[in-house]
Amino acid sequence: MSSEQPRQQIYDSTAPSTDTRDSRIGEGADDRFNSKLREAFGSTPFILTKFDKFMNWVRGNSMFMLQFGIACCSIEMMHTYAIKHDLDRFGAGVPRASPRQADVMIVPGTIVSKFGPRMKRVYDQMPEPKFVVGMGSCTISGGPFQEGYNVVKGAEEIIPIDIHVPGCPPRPEALVYGIAKLQERIRNGESTPVVVKPYELEEFGDLPKDELVQKLADDIDEEDLVMRYNWADSP
Amino acid sequence: MSTGLEREPSVEVTEGDLEALIGDRALARDDHLNAPGFVIRPDDVQDVLTDLRDEAGFDHLANLTAQQYPDRYESIYHLRKYADPTQEVSIVVPTTTDEPVSQTAEPVFRTADWHEREAFDLVGIDYEGHPDPRRILLPETWQGHPLSEGYDQEKPQLVTLTEHANPVQPDHHDDESDTMFLNIGPHHPATHGVLHIETVLDGETVVDVDPDIGYLHRCEEQMCQNGTYRHQIMPYPDRWDYVSAGLLNEWAYARTAEDLADIDVPEYAQVIRTMGAELCRIASHMLALATFALDVYGDFTAIFQYGMRDREVVQDILEDLTGQRLMFNYFRLGGVAWDLPEPREEFIEKTRDFLDGLPAKVDEYHDLLTANEIFQIRTHDTGILEPEVAKQYGCTGPVARGSGIDYDIRRDDPYGYYDNLEWDVVTEDGCDNYSRVLVRMQEVEESAKIIEQCLDLLEDWPEDERTVQSNVPRTLKPDADTEIYRSVEGAKGELGIYIRADGTDKPGRFKIRSPCFHNLSALPELSEGEYVPDLIASLGSLDIVLGEVDR
Ligand code: SF4
Repeated sequence: MSSEQPRQQIYDSTAPSTDTRDSRIGEGADDRFNSKLREAFGSTPFILTKFDKFMNWVRGNSMFMLQFGIACCSIEMMHTYAIKHDLDRFGAGVPRASPRQADVMIVPGTIVSKFGPRMKRVYDQMPEPKFVVGMGSCTISGGPFQEGYNVVKGAEEIIPIDIHVPGCPPRPEALVYGIAKLQERIRNGESTPVVVKPYELEEFGDLPKDELVQKLADDIDEEDLVMRYNWADSP
Repeated sequence: MSTGLEREPSVEVTEGDLEALIGDRALARDDHLNAPGFVIRPDDVQDVLTDLRDEAGFDHLANLTAQQYPDRYESIYHLRKYADPTQEVSIVVPTTTDEPVSQTAEPVFRTADWHEREAFDLVGIDYEGHPDPRRILLPETWQGHPLSEGYDQEKPQLVTLTEHANPVQPDHHDDESDTMFLNIGPHHPATHGVLHIETVLDGETVVDVDPDIGYLHRCEEQMCQNGTYRHQIMPYPDRWDYVSAGLLNEWAYARTAEDLADIDVPEYAQVIRTMGAELCRIASHMLALATFALDVYGDFTAIFQYGMRDREVVQDILEDLTGQRLMFNYFRLGGVAWDLPEPREEFIEKTRDFLDGLPAKVDEYHDLLTANEIFQIRTHDTGILEPEVAKQYGCTGPVARGSGIDYDIRRDDPYGYYDNLEWDVVTEDGCDNYSRVLVRMQEVEESAKIIEQCLDLLEDWPEDERTVQSNVPRTLKPDADTEIYRSVEGAKGELGIYIRADGTDKPGRFKIRSPCFHNLSALPELSEGEYVPDLIASLGSLDIVLGEVDR
């Protein structure tokens, strides 16, 4: 920004900078770090940068985790919360039972077709800004169950993931490390563009009328939300 | 130790008696390695099963396997006796490929309800007269039956996200009373994973409960059918009951495959297996206790953390032994992967230290938990499961033993080294949530006794006789059409596996009999008519693991 005309910038539209961002990371990608304040005031006045920095620091140091158990990895996740590893030491150990109070979701396990839409719903219920840690090989690729007829080939097919912690299951130390990395990124204000995301919740009526949709037409209402799994296109 | 129901001496039923009993309803014989098998017509199912239950005492429908052959479908009912599980019989019901319809066994054994739903869901056999013919593991809108022949896994599928309807509203709705539908789960802290319970309440009272499972159906059976016997299957059992019960599950596979392929296990390896398995049982029961406290009083601070503390110690020991904290993959067909870690003395001493500290810890749990008045009020006389009902649902493990059913595979159908050791089967006859907790706590002490004796044996074992594995051929190809069902006492109960060999190095059919599946199916019996909080307590006391329920 040129320093000659700072005032105008504050009232001007943010469209130019949004456009660059969109062209860089793709349209509709998350703008978790571009706060409402920045939308309102325009970009980069000194105060707001400092404020953003401060906010990021705060966010990184007080993370509320969603209490979310799926499969085997959740046992190691419990151990990470509990004594000995005690995730709370890192300012990230308050498990919240409701997604509305959480900012980080650790996805600890295999996601199968029936659970996909539910997990998407839980993710959508979390307030912005929100972050996701994928725990275990299952959230990366489906892990040992990758070839199963019912297994989603990685959590990233459904929700965006910020940090992947590989392992089957990862040791608690590995999860702690992953979360520390996430905190570091949050403190630095980095955001992750969404990589793969083919499965969305859609209204049944909006789907193209192919063979499968016609077959189910009697059973499902037009307005019902559905998730369509195209297994053949999965990685 | 309470004696529970007296064990009735079970009369040995010979094959001759069975033949006479089934008579000319038997079309042919189809013997399995573990039991005589009789082929019957699809419309004789209830008849034959009733006779076997009432006349011959086969009161335990351990498992139902469904499978498809190129020319027919087949349902196999594996029956055994609670009084003596070594007495077994298999009833084989073939149906044609064009019209796979078979009579339901639900009126004879309640547990057939869920089993037949699963058989319909995965294999595609219809059961005539079934009270509730819905899918159970896969979503309602699924197309095709994944374990049937010619299923195309690449086809797209649709899954809906809709509200659930209140199933009893039409008959419970008038001016005075109204019911409320409550979804518990699939994402809920009290469901121990991703279980969905459709509950209908009338005020505070539960009038209808329907556990909706399948949110963790990871195709375990398919995975095992795609793996080779020798090495590729063993990692999967760890992931059925993943609450550190890995070695117990691995043993289920090891036992079945070893019996199928006729493999010997050196005695030394059996002792190590026994010790490892009991360590797993302790870890698993500790978690059951910890999460139960969490469910009943939301106690995240004391008991939960205590339980975790003790589990950490056990996991450390198991890590020393197997190299992993949770997914051990330590058993091999014909033995275990390696010997105790060096230096041996240190490992043995570390384990001894843990065992020495255990009684004090158990006392502490008793002080905090079972002697606590609030806990007693919450659990005493709630979640009643009568022994007869438990048997109908095929309940096993601590759940059955908490209802006074004296049934433990380790003693009744011995394997490993259990036979040569001194220990007791724990039963309690309170039939309520409290008894189930007590059973688990006492089992921890019994397991400690077993480990203690194993350690003594291992310590003095002559150095040149420490064979950990017998010679096993590199590829195993059991003869085609040998079938076997074998079970072990897992942390949650009778964990069984049915394998049909098809002459290749992979199983033709691999079916898992999960104790949690049976125990969970009894939940409506425990909770209908009680208050909502008691439903949560009952669910906690069943100690289910969704990985094993859904497989
Ligand atoms: S990554 Fe491994 S341990 Fe984790 S959920 Fe998947 S199978 Fe279980």
